[in-house]
Amino acid sequence: MKKPVVIKGKVWVLRDEKGRAIDDIDTDQIYHNAHLAITELEKMGQFALGNLPGWEDFPQKARPGDILVVGKNFGAGSSRQQAVDCFRSLRISLIIGESFGAIYQRNAINSGFPLMVCSGIISHPGKVDSRNVLEVNLSTGEVFNHTTGKKIEGGVRFSQVQMDIYQAGNLFEYGKTILP
Amino acid sequence: MGNTVVEKIISLHCQEEVVPGKVVWVDIGLRTARDFGGANVVENFRRNYNEDKVADAAKTFFTFDCVAPANNIPYANNQQICRDFAYQQGIKVFDVDQGIGSHILIDKGLCLPGCIAVGTDSHLNLLGALGALGQGMGDVDIAFAFKTGKTWFEVPETIKVVVKGKLSPPVSAKDLTLAVLKRLGSKGALGKAIEFYGEAIDSLSLDGRITLASMVTEMGGIVGFITPNKEVLDYCRARAGKEDIEAITADPDAHYCQTIDIDIFGLKPQISLPYHPSKVVDVDEVEGERVNSIFLGSCTNGRWEDFKVVASILKGKRVYEGVMFKAVPSTREVYGRLLKEGLSEVLFDAGVILTSSGCGGCASGQVGMTGEGEVQLGTGNRNFKGKQGAGKTFLVSPATAAVSALYGRITSPDKV
Ligand code: SF4
Repeated sequence: MKKPVVIKGKVWVLRDEKGRAIDDIDTDQIYHNAHLAITELEKMGQFALGNLPGWEDFPQKARPGDILVVGKNFGAGSSRQQAVDCFRSLRISLIIGESFGAIYQRNAINSGFPLMVCSGIISHPGKVDSRNVLEVNLSTGEVFNHTTGKKIEGGVRFSQVQMDIYQAGNLFEYGKTILP
Repeated sequence: MGNTVVEKIISLHCQEEVVPGKVVWVDIGLRTARDFGGANVVENFRRNYNEDKVADAAKTFFTFDCVAPANNIPYANNQQICRDFAYQQGIKVFDVDQGIGSHILIDKGLCLPGCIAVGTDSHLNLLGALGALGQGMGDVDIAFAFKTGKTWFEVPETIKVVVKGKLSPPVSAKDLTLAVLKRLGSKGALGKAIEFYGEAIDSLSLDGRITLASMVTEMGGIVGFITPNKEVLDYCRARAGKEDIEAITADPDAHYCQTIDIDIFGLKPQISLPYHPSKVVDVDEVEGERVNSIFLGSCTNGRWEDFKVVASILKGKRVYEGVMFKAVPSTREVYGRLLKEGLSEVLFDAGVILTSSGCGGCASGQVGMTGEGEVQLGTGNRNFKGKQGAGKTFLVSPATAAVSALYGRITSPDKV
């Protein structure tokens, strides 16, 4: 195993000003179409969540290794890879959330970016708040909140293909190992 | 146990046993990239495969539709990167004059029932209108598909949606679609395939099927299949110049994870409120709100039938003073027909701004953006905040758009 299967980091929980989970965050809110012509990874981070009310300053606040906790249907909408790449650019270590847009989930998996489904993590109150420290095991699906000292149920461990691509680095590298 | 449509289509393209939840590798029929994402596909391809050739240039296409023709330098550059790559590789480009890529695959007879097509367009799943499996994907996925002709799929479960009742004008395929979206919500089909059945579905024209299938994305779904009827099969046969084209149908004992019945008896014209496509109400509920602009077009409602309905409503009349009406045909074929059959003149005389084909006002603002406080009625599939500008976009049928344009206020077409 080259890549870590246990990820530990400080979290940002995508809630609105009333403390409610923000569901259905679409790719235009994550990475607005005004910046789509950018092709360099390093330049993408500054626009992450730039169109999500209350979270426009995320790129300034986030630190490498931080974890993002999201609600339901995160990454709905367009197929843009940049909506994943902007978090890779900021060196976010993991996105964990209730559910994801199907294309978004594929894009994360194929670029070797860790993304985990964990139902109830944000909709059930008291499980996790911004600045808590989470520890997540990608191969078992175990999620532990070090700040509250409690386990969080609902984590879905990586599928075989997701783990294989993650370990290989990305879909291209993985492809070289399995295809003629 | 029998199989659903998606299970059958995947089975036809892979060597493994196909069961929901399993990850399988499939051979892809068609791979496309648009001007949106296309340059990133090329960059990924070159970075990983240098000067290698794509797996099959004859099954690979570029379709420029997002900003067509390019109105800014970055998009122009990206289109040129794709053209150069296409030339090197012997790949056909459907350039900026041709229209929306997913529609081109249908109209040129490239995508047929049972096909698997992937591309950098999140609405490529509208190919479900033909009973084909279209999938929008990111640029990593598509670069890999260009090179290998393969991709992985987690076989989705299927939801069966049975629509009871009939549609009668002015209630249209779009109103039916919005009613289904209202019922399923933005996450109702998350990660799943849908099969649509019922009398109202069977009677949909190809254009109406495209409208419904195109908004499965907004329901969170992977794809929505409508079993092709004779009209659709004949269309595919004529366009492909092939006779042996048949529908893939689900087995009678196929397993569905959920069955949803939707009764559309008495359905009224529907409208999505800003900024979520699934926030659907009857047009009646917001009737009277001032409208500043209209966008007719997109892969959901930019086809011939949609324009015909609008032209029949606007004929001999003028759009309300001060309402800006932008109309963008989905393809060059529709555009040509509007010109040749005199509908363009009807629209022009009514005060409509008719442009050449493409995605137009749906994204990126190729044909105008909304300003702060502006209220726009659009016939597209998304009204996310900021997508079409700073204003508010409501999603409606072409008939509702046209009637509201005449009154300058949101107006239900069943009132006139
Ligand atoms: S019309 Fe809009 S939704 Fe359809 S393909 Fe074009 S940009 Fe995408």
